[in-house]
Amino acid sequence: MNHIALLLENQPGALSRVIGLFSQRGYNIDSLSVAPTQDETLSRLTMTIGDEGADINQILKQLYKLVDVVMVQNLSEADSLTLELAIIKLKKSKTEVESLINPFSLEKEILDDKDNYTVFKVLGNTEVIEELLSSLKEEKFLEVTRSGTLGMTKGDESLATNDQTTISYK
Amino acid sequence: MTSGGEALIKALADENVDIIFGYPGGAALHIYDAIYTQNSVQHILVRHEQAATHAADGFARATGKPGVCLVTSGPGATNAITGIATAYMDSIPLIVISGQVANHLIGTDAFQETDMMGISRPIVKHSFLVQKAEDIPIIVKKAFHIATSGRPGPVVIDVPKNLTDPNEKFEYKYPSDLYLRSFALYDEAESNEVKQAVKLLTEAERPVIYAGGGAINSNAAKEIYEFGKLMGCPVTNTLMGLGVYPASDEQFVGMLGMHGTYEANMVMHEADLIMAIGARFDDRITNNPNKFGLQAKKIHIDSDPSSIDKIIDVDLAMTGNAKKVISQINTELKATNFDNKKFADWMNKAKKWRSEHGLNHNMLNQKSESDIILPQQVIQSAYKATDGKAFITSDVGQHQMFAAQYYHFNEPRKWINSGGLGTMGFGLPAAMGVKFAFPDETVACITGEGSIQMCIQELSTCTQYGLPIKIINLNNRALGMVKQWQDMQYGGRYSSILYEDSLPDFVKLAESFGHVGMKVEKLSELEAAMEECFSLKDKLVFLDVYVDPDEHVYPMLKAGGDMSEMFLSKTEKTFK
Repeated sequence: MNHIALLLENQPGALSRVIGLFSQRGYNIDSLSVAPTQDETLSRLTMTIGDEGADINQILKQLYKLVDVVMVQNLSEADSLTLELAIIKLKKSKTEVESLINPFSLEKEILDDKDNYTVFKVLGNTEVIEELLSSLKEEKFLEVTRSGTLGMTKGDESLATNDQTTISYK
Repeated sequence: MTSGGEALIKALADENVDIIFGYPGGAALHIYDAIYTQNSVQHILVRHEQAATHAADGFARATGKPGVCLVTSGPGATNAITGIATAYMDSIPLIVISGQVANHLIGTDAFQETDMMGISRPIVKHSFLVQKAEDIPIIVKKAFHIATSGRPGPVVIDVPKNLTDPNEKFEYKYPSDLYLRSFALYDEAESNEVKQAVKLLTEAERPVIYAGGGAINSNAAKEIYEFGKLMGCPVTNTLMGLGVYPASDEQFVGMLGMHGTYEANMVMHEADLIMAIGARFDDRITNNPNKFGLQAKKIHIDSDPSSIDKIIDVDLAMTGNAKKVISQINTELKATNFDNKKFADWMNKAKKWRSEHGLNHNMLNQKSESDIILPQQVIQSAYKATDGKAFITSDVGQHQMFAAQYYHFNEPRKWINSGGLGTMGFGLPAAMGVKFAFPDETVACITGEGSIQMCIQELSTCTQYGLPIKIINLNNRALGMVKQWQDMQYGGRYSSILYEDSLPDFVKLAESFGHVGMKVEKLSELEAAMEECFSLKDKLVFLDVYVDPDEHVYPMLKAGGDMSEMFLSKTEKTFK
């Protein structure tokens, strides 16, 4: 699994160029999150791309080729932090839910509950959230929504100040 | 003070554009009015927007300057799509200005509204939807920069009608520079890469230089010729690269790929070093990529990093401008005092392959009892009549391959065809664009009776502007390339390739537009007709040549095979 961070010009149609590239070139996106940054002219995206299919270097190069893409980085190749938020509604009481989710090292909070349902949030590593969801597979889900992975590299460098021309290829 | 429409045309003039191709309509009316009131930019009225894009594209390919076209919203924009895709696939700098419905109508399914940004998105290098009239100059500036730099390509500027309103004026100033924070360009190669390239080149035993359209785009012909001479090894060009290395040079082994020469494909197959220059290992070149160049190390020079390691993994990637990188390599090669006699035996092997199964360039002199004209003979005759100096545009199909194989292109930008997208209908409008750029040069469109009918309405444009193009129609009364495949792979089941006596009388058709029409059916009359066609300097001549309908294009690579596996004729092949 590759997590890709991308800075995009905040221009009309810019996001559709990124999304379009994936369908046009036959790549799959597992998750995508996008929001404005502290610089109003830029949006930041984190994309998660499975290991199957296209060569990740080719995807990075194609993304970087888009005029609206300012910077792209494979977080999975760097020392990075990633985080995902999920909100889950289960047909279970609060106590039952707590016992189900306690074993997982995630930040948890019950947001809303009655006798027959509980809404809770979990925050943490995408892989752990996947494990939790898979352990809950037998349960009666009412709803799940996930933010998609968010990520950035550790250390004092920022994506915006990185040298733009250094895209790694063989 | 200027309006948005005036600013748009002024900005084009400031980009040194003197000609644009287009077709008016509601959403573009303000822009057309701005054209009417100035003299810097000439507008050519075509008969269909597809032709506007192809004409601008032909102009760009012949001159190296960006071509510009102007269309209205809705159907004007969608008609331009094929031409935009054609330019995109061949990396041609094209500026497409499309009218759009007024801002407040966008999204309402207004009359002649279409989402041009959305429809063109996958086939443009970039696109702009103008939001404010005052942005028009900087957008035009950016569009030209993006279209022409790095790997060139088409750029769309979609202009809502209200932003060109003659009553909304602002102060016009064409920007002297621009800011694109996200736009990386690759120029020279790193010096260690150059050293490594020269080491690989001089240590090789059987190198081949494989140059494509990118070499033409970067105007690298002079440098590549010098490089070829320094190396003394075989040189091959792709369909898009023909002319970048002179076809008459003895080191030139011809075009490679699907219908490449026997010797070019054998050289590629047997080489131990493949030097790709502005070529992208297209599937029509490599045949089965898993069987491609297995003995060879590969060096790849390309201005687009995403072309590198896309189809074929290479040993040395040199991202940069081909002209500059080859020049760097030449300097380094000269410094090493490399003796190019090293590759003499290898070159001789290529010549031996040529003598065994090379193309026959003397078919014109063959005696024929049937007097049936072979398509190859038409190309050879056109070559003879033009002294090999004409601009040749083509459409798509057998005639295109015959022209590529038999018209020896000695200079770049003389061979103008839709290689990537394979757009039938490209040839005639592209020839118009070339003729506008070079009014004193001979421009011929080699076409077939299928392709020419896809943009034949442009005969009228040629009349209006007095364009004496020569149309050489290889008329085999069938969609020849499809027929060839149906012959070879579908047991001769001719599905939807015949016209059942519905073809027009092309002579009368040409005459109805005020042009000269000629028809030839006998080999014995071919050369005289060809001479006459090219001697009528001031006339568009439609030369309708009836050719052998059963002729196939050979060599032809075996599907799924390697580059040495070719059909050489209807009865001969190189594989079991």
